[in-house]
Amino acid sequence: MQSVFITLTFGQFFDKFYYCTFFTFINHSYMQSYIPIFMMIGVAAFLGVVFLTLQRFLGPHRPNPEKLSTYESGMPPIKTARERFSVKYYMVAVLFILFDIEVIFLYPWAVNFRSLGMFGYVEMILFILILLVGYLYILKKGALQWD
Amino acid sequence: MGLEHAFGDTALTTTIDSAINWCRKNSIWPMPLGISCCGIEMMAFAMPRFDVARFGAEVFRFSPRQSDLLLVAGTTTYKMATVVRKIYDQMPDPKWVIAMGACTSSGGMYRTYSVVQGIDQFLPVDVYVAGCPPRPDNLLHALMMIQEKIQRGESRGTPMTITAERAEQQKLLQIQGVANN
Repeated sequence: MQSVFITLTFGQFFDKFYYCTFFTFINHSYMQSYIPIFMMIGVAAFLGVVFLTLQRFLGPHRPNPEKLSTYESGMPPIKTARERFSVKYYMVAVLFILFDIEVIFLYPWAVNFRSLGMFGYVEMILFILILLVGYLYILKKGALQWD
Repeated sequence: MGLEHAFGDTALTTTIDSAINWCRKNSIWPMPLGISCCGIEMMAFAMPRFDVARFGAEVFRFSPRQSDLLLVAGTTTYKMATVVRKIYDQMPDPKWVIAMGACTSSGGMYRTYSVVQGIDQFLPVDVYVAGCPPRPDNLLHALMMIQEKIQRGESRGTPMTITAERAEQQKLLQIQGVANN
């Protein structure tokens, strides 16, 4: 009888501790299910801080200009990687994607060529002709001319 | 290694050093330089049949920033030597080097104008592996020897104790003195 009493009081105490002291903002059973995740995040952050601090004190630090230079697979770096390049690359890339998709659409048609028969053939010719008009428009506009 | 500068060579630092070396030797991260045919055996050494993961060295890093063992596997030409040296220089201390195969250790059969006659002409090599190419077992043995060196706190490239570091500084000062004179 006494042991039951103790368990009850401990449970009540624990509940109060849980709700009021520890996570005051968590007072739904719904939020309660997230407590393990919060604990996990806490432990992960703690461990990260501990390891970073330890390596600061335990690890040797012997920096020199050669060691801190940019890694280019052993080649001496020429200039910074952050530089501007021509917008024409963008144009060519977008047009490439357009006609690449066209080729991708040809593949399933080619696989089912026999079952689709004449209907599929004519449909595909129409599809290619529509894109051909677009291609001629691009050529006329001079989008593929580099200079 | 860092701690000595704060506490000196005491029982505390030597004990911690021993523990750190134990961790270090069981978590070697190699930087593979498969420059030539030895690279194939080096790949076998990492694969399940020979399984370098048993020694904790399976994490091959393709960046010198994250590695502490340089695995030079293959004929090193003069053109490549600058690259090898640069990658070695960019690795953080402490670092170790394995010269794998006859060509890397001594130039091997390439006694020509274009091949460096042993990478120890421009790198401090810790372990040489004989063979043309060596079997992956040989490379595993070399790795175990590197582990023994690490546990003893030895490295050809990095001064591992404060006394060794001071000696290196003295040497550098002497060289500079010679250069100034």
